[in-house]
Amino acid sequence: MKKWIAALLTLASINTFALTVDEIVTKANEAAYYAGNDGQADVKMTITDAGGGERVREFRILRLNTGEGTQKFYVYFTAPADVARQVFMVWKEVAQGKDDSRWLFLPALNLVKPIAPGDKRTSFVGSDFVYEDVSGRALWEDTHELIEETDTQYLIKNTPNDPGAVDFSEYTVLIDKQTFLPVKAEYLDKNGKLFRRVEAVKIETVQGHPTVIESRVDDLARGGHTVNSFSNIQYDTGLTDMIFTERFLRRPPREATR
Amino acid sequence: MKKLILTAILISSFSFAADIETSGFVDARYGIRTQSDPNSDQETLNEVRLQLSSIWYHDLFTLTARSDFLYDGVANNHDRIDLETGGGPVDLREFNILFTPVDWADVKIGRQILTWGTGDLLFINDLFSKDWKSFFSGRDEEYLKAPSDALFMSFFPSFANIDVAYMPRFDADRFIDGERLSYWNGTGLTGADLQTDKPDNGFSDDEIAARVYRTFKGVEVAVYLYDGFWKTPQGFDPLSGKKTFPKLSVYGVSARGALAGGIASFETGYYASRDDRDGTNPNIPDSQIRLLAGYEHEIVKNLTGSAQYYLEHTPDTDDNRHVLTFRLTQKLMNQNLTLGLFTYWSPSDQDGYLRPSAAYKLSDRWKLEARGNFFFGQNNHTFFGQFADNNNVSLAARYSF
Repeated sequence: MKKWIAALLTLASINTFALTVDEIVTKANEAAYYAGNDGQADVKMTITDAGGGERVREFRILRLNTGEGTQKFYVYFTAPADVARQVFMVWKEVAQGKDDSRWLFLPALNLVKPIAPGDKRTSFVGSDFVYEDVSGRALWEDTHELIEETDTQYLIKNTPNDPGAVDFSEYTVLIDKQTFLPVKAEYLDKNGKLFRRVEAVKIETVQGHPTVIESRVDDLARGGHTVNSFSNIQYDTGLTDMIFTERFLRRPPREATR
Repeated sequence: MKKLILTAILISSFSFAADIETSGFVDARYGIRTQSDPNSDQETLNEVRLQLSSIWYHDLFTLTARSDFLYDGVANNHDRIDLETGGGPVDLREFNILFTPVDWADVKIGRQILTWGTGDLLFINDLFSKDWKSFFSGRDEEYLKAPSDALFMSFFPSFANIDVAYMPRFDADRFIDGERLSYWNGTGLTGADLQTDKPDNGFSDDEIAARVYRTFKGVEVAVYLYDGFWKTPQGFDPLSGKKTFPKLSVYGVSARGALAGGIASFETGYYASRDDRDGTNPNIPDSQIRLLAGYEHEIVKNLTGSAQYYLEHTPDTDDNRHVLTFRLTQKLMNQNLTLGLFTYWSPSDQDGYLRPSAAYKLSDRWKLEARGNFFFGQNNHTFFGQFADNNNVSLAARYSF
């Protein structure tokens, strides 16, 4: 009997310390995209092209977790001037076969326009980030392998289940063991050559949540990079579902304009 | 005691936060015909425009003021400010206050841009003012929407959303009247000032528009109602010799939702021409059924295509006007270059209209734009055919701040 208990305890402890690869990517996904019930931040996005030319986008982003992996995002642009007051809204879906719903609000026309779902690997507002970097990539879209584990990090290799749908053949993600935040992702093109790198440059703990406050993506094929700086980060401010509707597309809520 | 209450009110009002956002642009634009027009000057546009916009976000209300100040070298009127038509040196785009009297309602009062419906550059239930002069002559597409002076109320009960717009005085479209563009006047092409008799008595020549909408399983369904006047002068008064705006009511529905990786839309409306219900008066447009079906899809990354079919059916004469539209939008060079082509083609009228455009963002502040407006038609009297002498290209530079 004692032996039996000891064996059980050993098994349990193995389970505690050796996470399966699915558990690791699930925890990393939660840490990176789902912290708190809701979150908001001011984002300054600096896009530097291969020639050194710089463009800046500034926006406030509101996020609400709506259960079973679904989320709603509200992005209120404040700069540059020609896109100021535009709103981009996403209802993110993670279930297989379901597309996100996306809307754009153009203030000069007072027009709410649904956007055709489209390729999620398309540049987000002309930056080196793609839509998927902003709202996350569904876990079922890749096969995950734990290829290396150190005292502080996991290295996960991710191979797309539908290689025709994406611009990469595989990507590796380095995950911090303590925070479970992905700190570096490297993408290989169809010829196996490294062409894209996304990094968490600065991490701070905000309201108990380890949070990326500066991230950077490098386009290694064409040159050029984009840096995102996050400020005024807040979690659990009590955002409601109501904000993520046509009513508040047409009249931005104070949560966005304050 | 009174003083105390007053102080308390003052202090409490200070605890409300307010934020002001200001922005604007300077836009210089030149447009010229690609052929001569015996009825008009060669230039369609020659203007410099300053837009200033200021929004005051307060916890209790939002105040919006947005106005254009322009020098327009083509307009007939340079000096007299006409806020209704946008003529003269000032075009007030927005001046309104928005507040939320109760949780489930918003109210916006004042000058505002109003838009609803599912069409892409085609409108059935959106009877808010359009500016066709700007649209056809090469201004930025946002100028297709002219402002309305309205009381706009939105209600959000649990079962649906309800919008009601009340315009105390009829706002006509900024229609083609001979300034800038020539048109068919019933007997021939002309560039002469179109003489109209517009209903303009406050609170009696009013307009009301309403929309009730909600989403069922991802499909946005809406019901619309409009009561007012034909937005362009489609009637004729043989006594005065002027074109008129006969009474119009519109009842319509629309649906829009995701379909096969794209967005599908459908809209229809019954145009009840209330001054000529039986369709016997030749000087007043007949009632019509209008219908629109559209589909938009991303073709490849950064290239989006859409198509629409539009029908105007006149039951009294059994006439049909069919229109097909196609839009292609391509984004290149980190989305800084946008190439676009919008095409209208009517197989029944045998006419059409091409709108190619190219816009390049030199920097966050500077944008260059080239546009074309090309009309073609077998006949001079059809909707697009009448503008065949107005083909134009335009160039613009805009500095945003």
